[in-house]
Amino acid sequence: MIKCKTSKEIGGMGHSKKRKEDARFIQGKGNYVDDVKLPGMLYMDIVRSPYAYAKIKNIDASKALEIEGVVAVVTGKDLEKYGLHWMPTLMSDTQMVLPTDTVMYQAQEVAAVIATSRYIARDGKEAVRVEYEPMKPLMDPFKALDEEAPVLRVDQEGKTDNHIWHWEVGDKEKTDSVFDNADVVVKQQMHIPRIHVASIETCGCVASYNKVENHLTMYMTTQAPHAIRTVIALVAGHVGLTEEKIRVISPDIGGGFGGKVPVYPGYVIAIAVSFLTGAPIKWIEDRSENLQADSFARDYHITAEMAGTKDGKIQATRFKVLADHGYTDASANPSKFPTGLFSIGTGSYDYGASYMEADAVYTNKPPGGVAYRCSFRVTEAVHAIERVTDMFAKKVGKDPAQLRMENFIKKEDFPWASPTGWSYDSGDYHAGLQKAMDAIGYDDLRKEQIEMRKEGKKFLGIGISTFTEVVGAGPSKDFDILGIKMFDSAEIRVHPTGKAIARFGTKSQGQGHETTYAQIIAEELGIPMENIQIEEGDTDTAPYGLGTYASRSTPTAGAAAAMAARKLRDKAKKIAAHLMEVSEQDLEWEPGKFFVKGAPEKSKTIQEIVFAAYTNHPEGMEGGFEATHYYDPPNLTFPSGAYICVAEVDAETCDIKVRRFVAIDDCGNIINPMIVQGQVHGGLTQGIAPAMYEELIYDESGNILNGTFMDYLVPTAVESPSWETGHTITPAPHHPIGAKGVGESPTVGAPPAIVNAIVDAVSHLGIKHLEIPVTPFKLFKELQKVGYFDNNA
Amino acid sequence: MTKKITLKINGAEHTMEVEPRMLLVHAIRENASLTGTHIGCDTSSCGACTILIDGKSAKSCTVLAVQADGKEIATVEGLATAEGLHPIQEGFHLNHALHCGFCTPGMMMRAIELLEKNPNPTEDEIRWGIAGNLCRCTGYNNIVSAIQWTSAKMQGKELPSTEPKFV
Amino acid sequence: MIAENFNYEAPSTLEEAISLLHEYGDEAKILAGGHSLIPMMKLRFAAPTHLIDINNIPGLSYVKEEGGMLKIGAMTKEVEVEDSEIIKSKYHLFTDATKLIADPQVRNFGTLGGNLAHGDAANDHPAVMFALGASVEITGKDGKRTVPIDDFFHGFYTTSVQHGEVLTEIQIPAASGRFGSAYHKAERKVGDYATAGVAAMVQIDEDGKCTRAGIGLTNVNSIPMRAARSEEVLIGSDLSESVINQAALFASEDCNPSEDLRGNVEYKRHLVKIITKRMLNKAISRAK
Repeated sequence: MIKCKTSKEIGGMGHSKKRKEDARFIQGKGNYVDDVKLPGMLYMDIVRSPYAYAKIKNIDASKALEIEGVVAVVTGKDLEKYGLHWMPTLMSDTQMVLPTDTVMYQAQEVAAVIATSRYIARDGKEAVRVEYEPMKPLMDPFKALDEEAPVLRVDQEGKTDNHIWHWEVGDKEKTDSVFDNADVVVKQQMHIPRIHVASIETCGCVASYNKVENHLTMYMTTQAPHAIRTVIALVAGHVGLTEEKIRVISPDIGGGFGGKVPVYPGYVIAIAVSFLTGAPIKWIEDRSENLQADSFARDYHITAEMAGTKDGKIQATRFKVLADHGYTDASANPSKFPTGLFSIGTGSYDYGASYMEADAVYTNKPPGGVAYRCSFRVTEAVHAIERVTDMFAKKVGKDPAQLRMENFIKKEDFPWASPTGWSYDSGDYHAGLQKAMDAIGYDDLRKEQIEMRKEGKKFLGIGISTFTEVVGAGPSKDFDILGIKMFDSAEIRVHPTGKAIARFGTKSQGQGHETTYAQIIAEELGIPMENIQIEEGDTDTAPYGLGTYASRSTPTAGAAAAMAARKLRDKAKKIAAHLMEVSEQDLEWEPGKFFVKGAPEKSKTIQEIVFAAYTNHPEGMEGGFEATHYYDPPNLTFPSGAYICVAEVDAETCDIKVRRFVAIDDCGNIINPMIVQGQVHGGLTQGIAPAMYEELIYDESGNILNGTFMDYLVPTAVESPSWETGHTITPAPHHPIGAKGVGESPTVGAPPAIVNAIVDAVSHLGIKHLEIPVTPFKLFKELQKVGYFDNNA
Repeated sequence: MTKKITLKINGAEHTMEVEPRMLLVHAIRENASLTGTHIGCDTSSCGACTILIDGKSAKSCTVLAVQADGKEIATVEGLATAEGLHPIQEGFHLNHALHCGFCTPGMMMRAIELLEKNPNPTEDEIRWGIAGNLCRCTGYNNIVSAIQWTSAKMQGKELPSTEPKFV
Repeated sequence: MIAENFNYEAPSTLEEAISLLHEYGDEAKILAGGHSLIPMMKLRFAAPTHLIDINNIPGLSYVKEEGGMLKIGAMTKEVEVEDSEIIKSKYHLFTDATKLIADPQVRNFGTLGGNLAHGDAANDHPAVMFALGASVEITGKDGKRTVPIDDFFHGFYTTSVQHGEVLTEIQIPAASGRFGSAYHKAERKVGDYATAGVAAMVQIDEDGKCTRAGIGLTNVNSIPMRAARSEEVLIGSDLSESVINQAALFASEDCNPSEDLRGNVEYKRHLVKIITKRMLNKAISRAK
C-alpha cells in the first residue's frame, strides 16, 4: 500500500487522482498541430527520393508550377543561397535540409511544394519531375567498414571511411583475464532491429514568420521546445532570426516517445519558406513519410558475452557493438555519450569486470537513432544482458530465476559502483523478483511446462527479465546536448487567493504532467492539486528546460517543482511566524498549514499565508509568492523491474501467444499510482511490439519493404495481452521526493522477458537464441534448422 | 468538378462545395472545423479518424465526403450534451483510458457502436471489437476497462471500481 | 495521401449504373465499399477518371435461402453477413472468415461482392466461395449471366466481370443434412492479409461417408484457388485421419505460394497443410 501524507482533497503524492488534462481530449478539444489554422496559411508537401543513393541530375518543377494554386517549389539550390541547405544534428553531425546534388536514403526530402491547399500541394508534388542517376547503396553496416567500401560522407572534408566514432568503457585487461580463466563462457551475437516510434500523430508544424516584427512563431510537434528554439537560432541566426525573435509552441502532442526530439528537414524548410514568403506554412507528414524518413530507433548489432563459474556465479561481461546510424548520426543523446547510457548493460548483478566497446557507421538508410522510450540505448543494453544471463543459466543448468537471485546486488550494498562507472543509487532486486514469481505462480508454471511438453500440442515458456534502468539525464558535470546542460526547471506562481500556476521546461506527450506536477506541488505546499494549473510547451512563458524524453521529467523537472515549492514553503513559514507573532522555530508544518508547536489550534493555512504575501507581508521581505528552480541532479536515478512472461507456442503452426505477463516495477516513490500503472501498461505494449511484431526492413537496393501501417505491425488490443502490474518501492535517496522515473522501464524490460519465454518454450528442441522480432515464420525457420519438423511433420 | 453536399454532423447541417476526391475526414476537420477527429495513417489501419455514419463506425479517411451527402454523422464533439458527458467519455476519463488523447475520439466512437450492438461484451469481444483502432500509449488494458465500465453504466448496473488494481 | 481528381456519380438504378459504365469505358470504376479502391487511389496506384458509386441502388443487399440456394446480394456488407441468422446457424465458415477480415469499421463498409470483384488472391472470400461451390451472377446491359467460381478469377485484379458489368449476386448450394464448414487464416496480426488461409466444407451422409467437400485456399497462389485433389480424396471417403492427412498434404503440394514478408514458400505450404487438417476436423465436428 502506498501511504499518502496529504488528504484526498489536497491530492499530493500517492493519490490516484484522475487526470486534469482529460477533459479536452475526451471532448475533441485537444489542440494538436494539425488543428492550428492561421489566416493566409499555405500548405507544404515534400517530394521524396525513390532511391537510396543517387545523384540528382535535374529537378523540373515547371509542370507543378503550372497547377493553379501551386505557389512555389523549393529545392536545395534555393536554400543554398541562404546557407540553409544543411543543418546540425543534435550529435554535432550534419544533415541535409534539401540536397543540392545527392540523395543518401530512400524517402529523403528532395524538394518542397508550397500550395494554397494540401490537395493542390499533393498534386504539385506528383507533378515535379526529378531525374536521378542511381548508385549502388551501402546497406550492410558490417560491409560499410570494409576498406574497399565507397565513402558515403564525401561532404566531410578528408573523410576516408564510413566510420563515425569509437567508444569504450570498463577495464579491458581485467575483463579479458576473467574471461580467459572462467569455467563457463556464453557468447551470442544479436541484432536489436531498426524500429520506429510510430506515435499515432505524425510530425508536423506551422511556421509563421511575421516580416514586420521579424518574429517567428513555430507551432510544432516537439518534445523539447526550448532546445528547438536554440537550434533554430543557431541555424538561422545568420539571416537575422535570433533567439529572442523565435517563439516555439508545442501544442498537444499525439505521442512522442523520442521521435519528436530531432529537428527534421521539413521543419526547417517550412521556416525558410515562411521567412521568404511571409505566409504561415503548414507541413504535416503522412504516416508513410513518418515511418520511412523520420528518425529510427535501435539498430544495434551486439556481440554479448558472459563469463562465470560452473556453479552459476557471474564474473564478467563483454559487449561489442556495431551501431548503424544510417546516413548521419542524428541521435539525440547527451553529447558525451555517443552510445547513450549503454554502459548500464552490466545489469542487476554483482560482479566486478566488464568491458564494452562500440563503433558507429554510416549506411544509406534514414538517419537516427532516437532514444525511443529509452534513456539512450538502455533498451539495447538490457536486451543483451538479460539474454546472456538466461543463456548462462541454461549452460550451468540453473533455473533462470534462481541464478538471478544468487547474483543480484544485495539491498544493503547500495550505493553500488558498477564496473562501467555508474553509482547505482538504490534497489531491492530480490524483493521485486520474488513478488513477480509469487504473482505469476512460478513453480506451478514450471510443472505445467513439463506436462505440456509431454502432451506435445503446445509448448509453454516462462521468461524473466530483471533489469536496472538509468534515467533522469542528467547531472550537468556530464550531461549536455549541444553544450546545453541537461538540468530542468519549474516556476511556481501562487496568486493572492491561494491558487497557482506552474510552468515547466518539459513537455508532456501524454504522460499526464498537468496532473502529476500539480500533485508534487500539492504535496509540498498543501494547495489542492485541483487549484494548480500546469503549463508547458510555450518558450515565451515557460522557464528553460531540455524537454521530456528518457524518463527525465520526474527526476529533473519534478524535482525542480519540489525544490521551488520548498523555497515557497520557507517563505510561507516566515510569513506565518509574522502573522502569528511567534518565532519560526515554534512552527510546525502539516500539509496545508503552519501551526504553533503544542497549540495546534493556532495556525495559518497556506491560503491565508499567500494572501498575506500580497496584502500584509513582513517588512523587509520581498512581496508576492513566486519561485523558480533549476534542478541539477546530483546523480541519475536507477529504477528497476522484475518482469515474467508466460508464452505458448503452437507446436505445429509456430504461433506464439503471450498468455500472461507480470511486471513489478520499482520507480521509487510514486506520485500518481494510476498514471504510473498507465505508463507501464503502454510501455509493455511497446515492448511486445519489437519483441514479436515490429522491424523496419530494407532490401539490398535500399528500398523499405514495410513503410506503411499495412506492414509495419503496430500491435492492436488483440495482440496486446492483459498486463498485470505491481510495484516495490525503494526511494531514490538523492532525489527530493524519492522518485525515479518510470516511462521507459516497461519498453526496456519487456522484450527480453518475452524472448526469454519463447526461447524457454522451445529450448528442449535445441533452440538457444531467437532474434527479435520473434515471429512464427522466424521460429519455424529456426525449428527447421534444428530438425524439429523432420520428425514432427 | 466540385459537388455541393450537405453533411449532418452532430445534428447540424453543413453545406459545402467539395471535389469528389475530398475525404470525409478533411471535410469534417477543415470545412466543418471539427478537429476532434484525427488522422493517424494513410492505409485505413489506425482508426484515429473513426466517426459514426448513420450510427455505424467508419474510418472517415476511407470514405469520400460525397458518399456521406445527406447522411447523419456523429463525431466526438457531439457526445457531451447539456446534461453532461456521454458515459463513454466518463468511462475513458475515470479509467485512465487515454494518455496523449490522439486516438481517443476514434476509439470512443468505435466503442459506442460496439456497445450499441453488444451491450455486454466480454473482454475478448472488446479487444476484437477495437482491433481497428491503434493506441500507442495505453497498452489497451484501461481502454478495455473503460468500455466495461461504460457497459455497466449504460445498463444501470453496479459500476466497477476505477481504482488501479495491482498484483 | 490524396487521390487524383475524378468525377463521381451515384446512380439509383442498376440500368443507370451499367449505362454510365458503358459511357465512360475503361476509365470508370465501380465504388462498392471502397475500402480496397479508395486506399489504392490515395496511394495513386489507381486513378480512375470516373467513380460510379452503386451504394444508392436498392435491392443489392440481402442474405436469403431460396430454391435450394443461399443467395447473397453483392452489396451485402461484411457486417451484414456476420450478423445474418441464416449464416450464423448454418454457414459457419462465413462467420469464421468475416471476423478475420480487416477490422469492424472496414467490415461496416466492405461488401461481399467487392471482396470478390477486386480479384485479389489475398482476400478471404474467394476461398470461402471455392469451398462452398459458389457461382457469381453478373449483370450487364444484355441481362444476367452466371459464372461458376472456378471460372471467375482470371489473373491479378482481373475477373469475369467485364467493363460495363456489375457483379450482382452470389449463389451457393444451400446447406442440407450433416453439413459443416470452417475457415482460418494465419496472419501476422489481426486484420492482416493471410500468410495462408484455408476454407473447408464437408457434407456427410448417414453412414458417415463424405458426399460433398470443398477446399479453398487464400493467398497461396497468384489467383484464388481450389484444392481439387484434396476434395477428390475426401469425397466418398470415411473422413478418417489418414484421409484428412492426405487431403492436407495435397493442398500443401498443389498451392503455389510466393515468398514475401509473411513467409517463404516452405512455411506457407506447411501452414496450408496444418490449417487444412484443422479446418477439416473443425468442419467435420460441426457437421456432427
